[in-house]
Amino acid sequence: MRALRGFFAFWYDFIVGDDATIAIGVVIALALTALLAHHHTTAWWLLPVAALVLLLSSIARAARAERKPPPR
Amino acid sequence: MLQVHPGVAAPGSIADNGGREVDVSTWLLVLSVFLACAVEGVEATTIVLAAGTTRDWRSALTGVGAGIAVLAVIVAILGPAITAIPLSALRLVVGGLLLIFGLQWLRKAILRASGLKALHDEEAIYARQVAAAREVATGGRYAIPDWYAFTLSFKGVVLEGLEVVFIVITFGANQHGIGWAVVGAVAAIVVVVAAGVAVRGPLARVPENTLKFAVGVMLTSFGMFWGAEGAGAHWPGSDAAILALIATTLVVSLATVGALRLSAPRTESSDSPTAMKVS
Repeated sequence: MRALRGFFAFWYDFIVGDDATIAIGVVIALALTALLAHHHTTAWWLLPVAALVLLLSSIARAARAERKPPPR
Repeated sequence: MLQVHPGVAAPGSIADNGGREVDVSTWLLVLSVFLACAVEGVEATTIVLAAGTTRDWRSALTGVGAGIAVLAVIVAILGPAITAIPLSALRLVVGGLLLIFGLQWLRKAILRASGLKALHDEEAIYARQVAAAREVATGGRYAIPDWYAFTLSFKGVVLEGLEVVFIVITFGANQHGIGWAVVGAVAAIVVVVAAGVAVRGPLARVPENTLKFAVGVMLTSFGMFWGAEGAGAHWPGSDAAILALIATTLVVSLATVGALRLSAPRTESSDSPTAMKVS
């Protein structure tokens, strides 16, 4: 059981990394791109915009956490 | 993406052994794999050096050999298997994974370059590994004189190499050029090992964060390109869109570093652009 948990923890850390919102956001953005493309709507712009938003929001959260004064 | 056109090479491209033209995207493939492999190679070299210098070189190098063998088996099994997947499905899955990896690499590199996250210090890591290695008693297993040195090197090579293997396989399969991806990976290993042998110490002067920054830009750009194509979207300008994506991602990332540095209280590690020297 411990080995199994370790196995999944390794792959979670390997693929998802420090910020799970990036992985979730990318999956949602890909699904929306596929949906737009399926309806013959221009879809190429969606992934770059999503990547930009995900990167900047993740960095903003990390920056806020780093600059937050430690609790007394 | 990889366009290997039969016939005479065009100006600005080279011809491979079969007389086929190798275009810009192939150079980008080799460069991306080379940089990613160099970053992970530096980190693995630090671990192997610590195991070899403090414990036993023969055991450490056996661990390296065993680690490389495991990685080679993974490439040999997954390489052909992954190329059997239909290209659109492959690009969707691989594009998504590369985009996730790329954004994570870029996030870390931006935070480090702006001084919000501590830089990766190979000398400090080396010192920690050496201290830990000295505390463990010597003991052999099977034909390995020092089991600790073997496992330390083996784990270092496999764990650091796994991400490179993923990049080699996915980049190579997507562009039908696993051979070119392997060339990039082997070239990086040769350069890093040669540097490690020459320096005989941790490769602290390698601009690791700058390399990570570049790899993050490449992975993010290729991830966006392939992910969108796999989802059924069509890029304006077709393959040339990848160059625009790389340029845009680079500019946005550098601008983010600049904005964070301006808004952050100045620290020693973020005083100059060379703060990106070590990841």
